[in-house]
Amino acid sequence: MEKATGAISAAELANSQHSRETVGDFTAVDPRMTCREVDVWYGSKQAIKGVSLDIGKNEVVSMIGPSGCGKSTFLRCLNRMNDTIDGCRVTGSIQLDGQEIYDKGLDPVPLRARVGMVFQKPNPFPKSIYENVAYGPRIHGLTNNKAELDALVEDSLKKAGLWNEVKDRLDQPGTGLSGGQQQRLCIARTIAVSPEVILMDEPCSALDPIATAIVEELIDELRQNYSIAIVTHSMQQAARVSQRTAYFHLGDLIEVGETNHIFTNPQHKLTEDYITGRFG
Amino acid sequence: MYAWILILTLLAVMAVAYQLGIKRAVSSVGGLTQINALHSLPSYYGLYAALWAGIPALLLMGLWVGFQDQIVTSLVTAHLSPDMLEGQSAGRIDLILNDIKNLATGNIVSATVTPEVQAAADQYARLELIATWSMWLAVLAVALGGMAYAWRRTGPQMRARNRVESIFLAIMIVFSSIAILTTLGIILSVLFESLRFFELVSPVEFFLGTKWSPQIALRADQVGATGAFGAIPLFTGTLMVSLIAMLVAVPIGLMSAIYLSEYASRSVRAVAKPVIEVLAGIPTVVYGFFAALTVAPVIRDLGASIGLEVASESALAAGLVMGIMIIPFVSSLSDDVINAVPQSMRDGSYALGATQSETIRRVIVPAALPGIVGGILLAVSRAIGETMIVVMAAGMSANLTANPLDSVTTVTVQIVTLLTGDQEFDSAKTLAAFALGLTLFLVTLTLNIVALSIVRKYREQYE
Repeated sequence: MEKATGAISAAELANSQHSRETVGDFTAVDPRMTCREVDVWYGSKQAIKGVSLDIGKNEVVSMIGPSGCGKSTFLRCLNRMNDTIDGCRVTGSIQLDGQEIYDKGLDPVPLRARVGMVFQKPNPFPKSIYENVAYGPRIHGLTNNKAELDALVEDSLKKAGLWNEVKDRLDQPGTGLSGGQQQRLCIARTIAVSPEVILMDEPCSALDPIATAIVEELIDELRQNYSIAIVTHSMQQAARVSQRTAYFHLGDLIEVGETNHIFTNPQHKLTEDYITGRFG
Repeated sequence: MYAWILILTLLAVMAVAYQLGIKRAVSSVGGLTQINALHSLPSYYGLYAALWAGIPALLLMGLWVGFQDQIVTSLVTAHLSPDMLEGQSAGRIDLILNDIKNLATGNIVSATVTPEVQAAADQYARLELIATWSMWLAVLAVALGGMAYAWRRTGPQMRARNRVESIFLAIMIVFSSIAILTTLGIILSVLFESLRFFELVSPVEFFLGTKWSPQIALRADQVGATGAFGAIPLFTGTLMVSLIAMLVAVPIGLMSAIYLSEYASRSVRAVAKPVIEVLAGIPTVVYGFFAALTVAPVIRDLGASIGLEVASESALAAGLVMGIMIIPFVSSLSDDVINAVPQSMRDGSYALGATQSETIRRVIVPAALPGIVGGILLAVSRAIGETMIVVMAAGMSANLTANPLDSVTTVTVQIVTLLTGDQEFDSAKTLAAFALGLTLFLVTLTLNIVALSIVRKYREQYE
């Protein structure tokens, strides 16, 4: 795909309604993940059509778009979670630090430790809070003794802003926490294996406004250490937490750019219609 | 007059009542155009009338059929001349009455027919006829009465729909209480017979004695007929066979459940799961002769080849085959609970970089464990209650042994041997079967209750 530039003429804009060219600059200054011409099929149905997008270091990229536009599918390609779905096929290039993640020789298991994921519905394991966080470090052998593991668990819970709420009841089941606490526990669990990239699939859609605000604040703090890609239904959320925004429509990446640009001055008709609430 | 003709007649009356009920309801509001004024749809009024016509009449008929014979018999007995019954035992009188009934219905009688018996038989036949005809009249009268009652009640205000539904509710309650009462009846009968047994043999001997030789001397001078009712060898035998069975069934069942639910492709699963479940459908007697004729000789030959003495009927053979039989209990239930673990748990684990087997070992099996344990406990109670395989493959001798290569016997096998053949139902030998049955019942009941409560607790976990 030819690299599109920020400035396009009115004629091109009118024409682009039916084009698959992405409006805006999909590259990042300091990319951690680079995706080029990614196609995804579920059986014979194409869910993602030639999407190219970078995720830069220490930035939050948000993906917005109407339901069924493929944003979650695209997100799940980034740590090969789509492998668990029968009949799902991915082509194109997705690289993490210059390494092709769909390479035949690459094992998706360690990849997922480097690219963590937080899901729409909080899914703590039916284990204690401590065991939930210690799960990842244990399977990867990240610590040598109990003291190190304790420290790692504490550190992860602190980073997730949950430590003060749970430090006295680490041995109680994680499923007994409130929805917002559960989601932060899942984030702590993800942080504990020190990923480079964190993928978040509508992490606040099951939470109340106060819990959402806390998680959004957390996402902003996490940006210091991680690259984050977040799928969200809430345009306000995308505007609040992300530096760059990508707008998906029916499997195409329509427009991508600086978040404040996209929301104040959308270039593409579809983007404008969506963010002004004309459909979605 | 056959009862089924009466039942058919009743059904016809009910059908008529149904139609009349509908007609009456519709006409009470002034025709089909005014049907909205009715509280319920017309068919509910029809059902209401039909139920009123049918149920009381059927109840009466049931009672009548149940008691008619007793009443007629006592009437006939009262008319027999006293000298005929003088000094006769109860069994003898029963025999005479039987002859009378056989004569009346034209069956073969056991003794020569005296004029007295002939007269009694005639009277019996006459009374039976009267009773049957009066039953017809009474039942039909009640049916028509019920119909008339429903007819009178039918009107726009009558809440036929609610009434019909409460009648159906009552019917369902009656049916479900039949199941419960049957269970209660079994428990009580076993309990009372066991109490009779414990009058003859002390519970201490029964539960703590180590010698099982359930015989009662017929004569005082009989040799070797002193009975011993120590059930410990039976309990240990049951325990050993069940233990061997579980050692076979739990690993195989659990592994196949994990394979089928987590690894197998859809097509493999579609074939393998029903095939495994076929194991549960094979009659236990087939397993029994498989164990006795195929497995036991193989074990004996294997033992002989490495210099071990193996009885031709061994606990090992029975336990192995029983284990195979209960594989589906373990695998099917475990498969269900493993499938019930939400996909989000798997996703969460994979997203942390866990492999499939790590996910299964550390997340899925622990999450499903209570359900798996519940399934295993159900399988245990099945193993403890299993009879046929053990009868055929484990032998009958009540050895108190810890050697699985010896022949042992189990509680169920002894119940079978105690109760087969000609028995008197008041000897300690026969009554011992009830005490064993009660013990068995209590053990399996406890296991089932524990299993069910574990399974229920598990269900709440993800809510």
